[in-house]
Amino acid sequence: MTRLLPFMLYRLGQGVLVMLVVAFISFSLFTHVGDPINNMLGEEVDETYREQLREDLGLNDPVPVRFIRFVGNAVQGEFGVSYRNSIPVAQLFGERLPATLELVFAAAVIALALGIPAGVYAAIHRSRPSAQVIQILSLIGISLPTFVTGILLIYVFSISLDLLPSFGRGEVVDLGWWSTGFLTASGLKALVLPAVTLALFQLTLIMRLVRSEMLEVLRTDYIRFARARGLPDRLIHFRHAVRNTLVPVITITGLQIGSLVAFAIITETVFQWPGMGLLFIQAVQFVDIPVMSAYLVLIAFFFVVINFIVDILYHAVDPRLSGTLSDGSGKGMP
Amino acid sequence: MLEVRDIHVEVEIRRRRLKVIDGVSLSLARGETLGIVGESGAGKSMLGNAIAGMLEPPLHIAGGSVTLEGRRIDDLKGEELRAVRGRRIGMVFQDPLTSLNPLFSIGDQLVETITTRLGIGRAEARRRAIALLEATGLPDPAERLGHYPHQFSGGMRQRVVLALALCLDPVLVIADEPTTALDVSVQAQIIRLLDRLCREHGSAVILITHDMGVIAEATERVAVMYAGRIVEIGPTERVIRAPRHPYTRGLMASIPPIDRRPDRLAQIAGSMPRIGTVLPGCPFSPRCPSAVARCHEAIPALAGGNGHLAACWLDEAAS
Repeated sequence: MTRLLPFMLYRLGQGVLVMLVVAFISFSLFTHVGDPINNMLGEEVDETYREQLREDLGLNDPVPVRFIRFVGNAVQGEFGVSYRNSIPVAQLFGERLPATLELVFAAAVIALALGIPAGVYAAIHRSRPSAQVIQILSLIGISLPTFVTGILLIYVFSISLDLLPSFGRGEVVDLGWWSTGFLTASGLKALVLPAVTLALFQLTLIMRLVRSEMLEVLRTDYIRFARARGLPDRLIHFRHAVRNTLVPVITITGLQIGSLVAFAIITETVFQWPGMGLLFIQAVQFVDIPVMSAYLVLIAFFFVVINFIVDILYHAVDPRLSGTLSDGSGKGMP
Repeated sequence: MLEVRDIHVEVEIRRRRLKVIDGVSLSLARGETLGIVGESGAGKSMLGNAIAGMLEPPLHIAGGSVTLEGRRIDDLKGEELRAVRGRRIGMVFQDPLTSLNPLFSIGDQLVETITTRLGIGRAEARRRAIALLEATGLPDPAERLGHYPHQFSGGMRQRVVLALALCLDPVLVIADEPTTALDVSVQAQIIRLLDRLCREHGSAVILITHDMGVIAEATERVAVMYAGRIVEIGPTERVIRAPRHPYTRGLMASIPPIDRRPDRLAQIAGSMPRIGTVLPGCPFSPRCPSAVARCHEAIPALAGGNGHLAACWLDEAAS
């Protein structure tokens, strides 16, 4: 584990670099998309007053100074005031973020909890009809666009069967800094359809990935050797093979969880889920630059954090990456 | 102890049944070492896999029988087959780099095999694993138990593989090209180690290789395979000194001499018939330098005395 720390620092440095680039892009939104003064004051205000405000807000400062100020504020979670809602973006996000994160969390749990076992099953019993049914269903799941699945689910479970609500988040319990729908019956019921909709694509993707990786692993020499030693199938499949399957699956899954946050836009729109995605769509319609730029930074931040976690997980699963290379191979030469 | 009788292995590809092993018989005494030699595609590995019950579909045994210590094992399935694997027949594969699971320490793989198969506790299994590794000549076995395969060199890994193959005390070890993937300088060590370990454990060995040097060094008897058949079988020394089949003679002649450097290496002209080719005569006849009319018409059977048999019409034993 001795080499893990420098590696982590290195990746952390890369993450900071990525965040700076993204920050610059989202900072550029302010200067290139519309004029913030216009947005704040409208058209009918006197030019001298405009200039005064421009000066007061520091908009006449050179770009590097303004960028550093932007980053400084962003680090403290300060992204200015929403043009549309006239409340600080940070506060707006604070209200919306829990909704999105809970949705993404539920979707990720569904996708992983069903996708990995289904993939393993389809690989182990690849000639069984049930495995082939899974494979065909997964094709459907991977080809259906999210909004179609969402609307179909609403039609079946809300309109026809009247079992689950079709929009909103239900009752929410406020924990001060976090509002959760996990604690109320209506909150949980409202979560089902959007979470399933968001999870479906990822579920099928993970399932297909696990299946093909697992098939690959089952053909390797070390699995053959394990069979030749008479180890029971249960051990060979669920210990030897699954663990080797997970190495590549972790990367893809990590990235997919990042895109769950991004994909949530569509699901949130379909289900009127009061989360970040819906906020972003509305921000785009109103050219609400502070919200858009903050959203961009936040999503990038999620991706960076997830990639970082994936790298660490990699090291936890695969001993070849643990940096012990140097203390073994030299000594035991025959 | 091991009795293979007229075994046939087939594979069905596009509704055609292709013969991979065509009627091989051999027997092995307790503790004996038998070499199987032949060029790539002769069916050496297939034979090893067929004996160990390790054929992967669509390959399957289409006839004949394999008897180990008086019990038929070629028709076993599921749990019964699993009970034979490792415990009665140990296998060593060609590539030690890929034979070990990269994500588990070698100790983990050894202890897992010993505890699940022999039903003994972890502490005892660990002691056995250390003793086994010690016997393979691995330095500091207790410490290296926690190391992962990538931390070992090729030769060291093959020692671990040998320990794994022998950890359940099998009566038969089938080693399929155990040194081919290794550095030349390590090959001899591993062959000697395999020989010594199997002697200590009282295991018989089937050593599959295309290397005549390995055969000469480590086997008591040798079977020469060609196109899915045994063309010559006998005590190693006699087969090497006085080969009776033209194919064996060709193999011997193609070993490069060590005392001079010929401009061209000797070779057997032509190539082995492709799997699925059905010849009415001896499968070697198209390449045989001394083939006569009869060789192209009928397949010769193994014949000969003193345990040295050849399948050739030109051999005096056949006529």
